[in-house]
Order: sequence, then C-alpha cells, then structure tokens
Amino acid sequence: MVKKRKLGRGVAIVGAGMSKFGMFKDKDSKDLFTEAFNEMTASVNKGIDPNDIDALYLGNFSNDFFMHQSHWGPIIADIIGTVPKPATRTEGACASSALAFREGIFAIASGFYDIVLVGGLEEMSKRTTEEVAEGLALATVPYEGRAGFTFPGVFGAIATAYFEKYGANREHLMNVTIKSHNNAPLNPKAQFKLTIRDMMNVKVESAKKKGLPVTEWIDEKDFLRDPRANPVVAWPMHLYDCCPISDGASCMLLVAEEIAKNFTDAPIYVAGIGQGSGRGLHACKDFTYFEATRYAAQEAYGMSNLKPEDIQFAEVHDCFSIAELLHIEDLGFFEPGEGYKAVADGLTRLNGTKPINTSGGLKCKGHPVGATGISQLYEVWTQLRGKAGKRQVPIDDLRVGGAHNLGGTGGTCTFTILERR
Amino acid sequence: MQERPFSDISYEQFLNEERLMGSRCTQCNALYVPPRPICVECHRGDMSWEEMTGKGKLSAFTCIAIGPSFMIAEGYHRKNPYCSGVVELEEGARVDARIEGVDPKNPETIKIGLPLSVKFLHRKEDESLKTYLAFRPS
Repeated sequence: MVKKRKLGRGVAIVGAGMSKFGMFKDKDSKDLFTEAFNEMTASVNKGIDPNDIDALYLGNFSNDFFMHQSHWGPIIADIIGTVPKPATRTEGACASSALAFREGIFAIASGFYDIVLVGGLEEMSKRTTEEVAEGLALATVPYEGRAGFTFPGVFGAIATAYFEKYGANREHLMNVTIKSHNNAPLNPKAQFKLTIRDMMNVKVESAKKKGLPVTEWIDEKDFLRDPRANPVVAWPMHLYDCCPISDGASCMLLVAEEIAKNFTDAPIYVAGIGQGSGRGLHACKDFTYFEATRYAAQEAYGMSNLKPEDIQFAEVHDCFSIAELLHIEDLGFFEPGEGYKAVADGLTRLNGTKPINTSGGLKCKGHPVGATGISQLYEVWTQLRGKAGKRQVPIDDLRVGGAHNLGGTGGTCTFTILERR
Repeated sequence: MQERPFSDISYEQFLNEERLMGSRCTQCNALYVPPRPICVECHRGDMSWEEMTGKGKLSAFTCIAIGPSFMIAEGYHRKNPYCSGVVELEEGARVDARIEGVDPKNPETIKIGLPLSVKFLHRKEDESLKTYLAFRPS
C-alpha cells in the first residue's frame, strides 16, 4: 500500500509551450527552447514578466552524449533571461522532464518559490542512428547491454512475454501504431503527419514515378506485415513499432494556486503526482507490467482521490507499441491482459471511451527524450483548455487527464493527473 | 572463493572461470544472480556464494537486427540477426543472456519455455579475457 500524500499548497499551470518536434538541421537546443518559451509566454493571457520567475528546472537526458555539451540549466536560464535565478537540471532518462515538473511542484508546494519554469529538451538528430542507439542504451541496465540487448530489444522481449501470457500477437501491436498515426496528422507539432494509409499511397506514387514495380497492399495491416515496408528492428519490434529520433523542447509555467488567476483566466490544476522506480528486466517478477508505473499511479490516484475511470483521456509513454499496452493496464484503465483487446475494439481512439495519445504519442509526435515528459503534460493541458483543434477529445465537460512518462526500461516512471476546475 | 566480494567484478571473474555464480541470503534464503551485496528482500542477512547448475528455460527473448557496436564487430547485422533473452534458471533466479543454437531469422520457431543450458563465450578484448553469458538448447 502506497502512503497517501498531499502537497503543502496547491500548484497550477498557467502557461505552456513546446517546439515543433522533428529532425532539424538548422535548429539547436537553444533555438528549440526559445520556440517553446515564446509560445509559453504568449499563452499566459494576463502576462508574465520573466523577471518574476523564481527558478528553472530543466530535464535533459544526455545532450552530453548527443551534443558533447552538458550543464544545460544555466545555458537555458541565460537565453531566456532568468540568470542569476537558480537553474537545476534533472535526469531520469526518457522521464527527465517529468522529474523537472515534479521538482517545480515541490518547490512551490513547500512555499519556497511562487513562480517556477519547468522544461525539457533534447537534440539527437545530429548523430547517426547507431550513435543515438548507443546513447539511449546508456539508460538500460548493464547486464542487458552485455547480453546484446538494445532498447528495442528489451521491449521486444517484453512483447514476447506479453504475447505468451495473454495470447496477443503482432497484429494487436499494429492496432496501436495505426491509431497513433491516425491522431498525428491532427497535431501541427508532430514529427510524422501521415496516416499509415497516407504512407502507403506515398510509396505507391513514388514507385510509379520511378517506374519501379508497384506493391499494392490490401490494407494498413497488410502494409505493416510487409518486411520491405516495415523491417524488423528487434523481433517482434519492427520499424513502425518504434518511436523516431527527434529534436525538441517543451516548458510550462507553474505558480502557487492562490495566485494562478493573476496570470490566466484558464489555469489547469495539478490534482495528483506520482513517481516510482524499477529494476532491470531480469530482476522483475513478471515482464508484463512495470512496477514503477503501478507505484506512481497509486501515489497519484491516492493524492487526487481519483480513480482510473475518472481519467477521461491520457498520454502514455509509447516509446514502443507494446509499451502502450502495458501502460494502459498498469494505470488501471484496463485489466491486465485486456489492454490489447481494448485497443482492438477502438476504445483508445480519439473518439473512444478512453482516448490514449491524442497527440500521436511518442511514435508519431516524436520523442526528444528530455522534452517528452513536459510535452505530454502540454497535450493534456491543451486538451483540458479545449484548444486541441481537430484532435480535441470529443467528450463534453472534459475535466481530468493524465500523463505517464517512462525512463529507461522502466527504471523511472511518473504519472501526473491534471484537472480543470 | 568465499573471499570474493558480492560484486559485478566477481561475477565476471567467475564467468571467466566458467562458473555461473549467485549470492544467497543466509537469513531469508533469497537468491540473486548476478550477486547482490545487500539482500533487498529482508535487508538483514549476510550473503553466501552459490553456484548455479546452468540449466534453465527461456522466459522472454528478442531477435535483434540492429545491434550495438560489439555485436556488429562479431558479424551480426540486419540480414544476420542474433537472439538475446532472459533465462529462468532452475534455481529460480533469472539472467539476461545471449541465446545461441536457435534461428533468429525465423523467430516464430523460438518458443518461450525452451529448455536451455549455459555456455560461456570467451572473447579477447583489449588484451583481457571477457566472458559473455550465453545459453543454448539442452
């Protein structure tokens, strides 16, 4: 049983921004963060003077490795003009900025600060695919690396265990991919803006133009089954089961609840937060759930007095298609072993009973690892304010959403519940 | 043997000697492979070394087409994938290992529950001997 926790005082989000996610030759980390920061300040409708920001918490996994530059806290504080206010970097692999968000919450809840900027960034695309894979593999546990496991490899092994235990198969993973690709074109910030059907048409047209033999696929699954279109990366993970290499930045302005209305007419409140930790695959009792997610979820539900059925929609950490199935079960949206059936039945689609990854998820929105946690919260914030445009969740009175972020192979997991009052 | 600390370095030394070793808590009997110096089950016990029989079964696996540089150096690539897995030892603990003697190009033929026996892969790296833990069908 996880201890029931509460904040010393409430915290509200009064502004948020994120850069476009993608592979950018002509933009660096500072440019991307500037993009996110400018959108954030513009979103605070009663205005924010950056001089009033008390501190910055910034999530970054490994620009050290990717860009050969560390110590990003003060670099970013300098470009946004908050120096000499404190700037602190947090690292939790792919959950780095969810940790920055939590530090910002604690700093305000303790009464020490009133106005805190939290953010995240990662710049990965200037490295080769092999180098990025090596960089990401720094966040597996040592025994896994020595056995030849890569990141997709660990999730591939998890998938084989899930298939064995619950009778699912590759076709069920395809449902996750197709759903993410259907949401992404509706998100102007997403890295991939094509549905699987669009991709098929593009490939057919391109082959016709080049005078090459044209492959006609019957439907999306037929395309995803074709090893030429969707090659194996780490069985059963194929190319379309894996998130891309991305650059991007995200940020949010947090303030004490009692002053929230000074900044915006539409504050979004932090209802529950949770964080857990986990071990390497070999030390897990069962490979079909993440202990860290279950702990984080219990903490967040306990704090918010909310239940899984109260969460109207959520962003979950779909670094690989199989991961989305585990998360929607671990967060209690579906019973263990029922997640893949729920996805197959369309329950997690934009118009389903529990929309998941309306942003397109990591798979299609992109996954600049250090920026991901706050970009998920950005999506929830956007939806709760009714500003998600064509991908707006079609539920009347949308009030409560969740964001789940995972670092490494489940070593760090967070769950955050936001609400509109 | 009793002198060695319950560490990754000792674990690797034992692998060099073709011994798969774990640590067992003298209080609560919990078994750890690789060894742990602290019992995370009871937080009370001292540890003692225990040698595994090297027999087990496959509990999860993957066949990797795009591997890390040291696997590429061994000749693995997109058209020549390799298998990595988690093996449940007959003593109950689980270890990450390379899986040999299976067909990674046809992963559908590899079944969870497959009985396996340990194999020690010795490699010379930077003038020192390094041993990778592997298993193959019994």
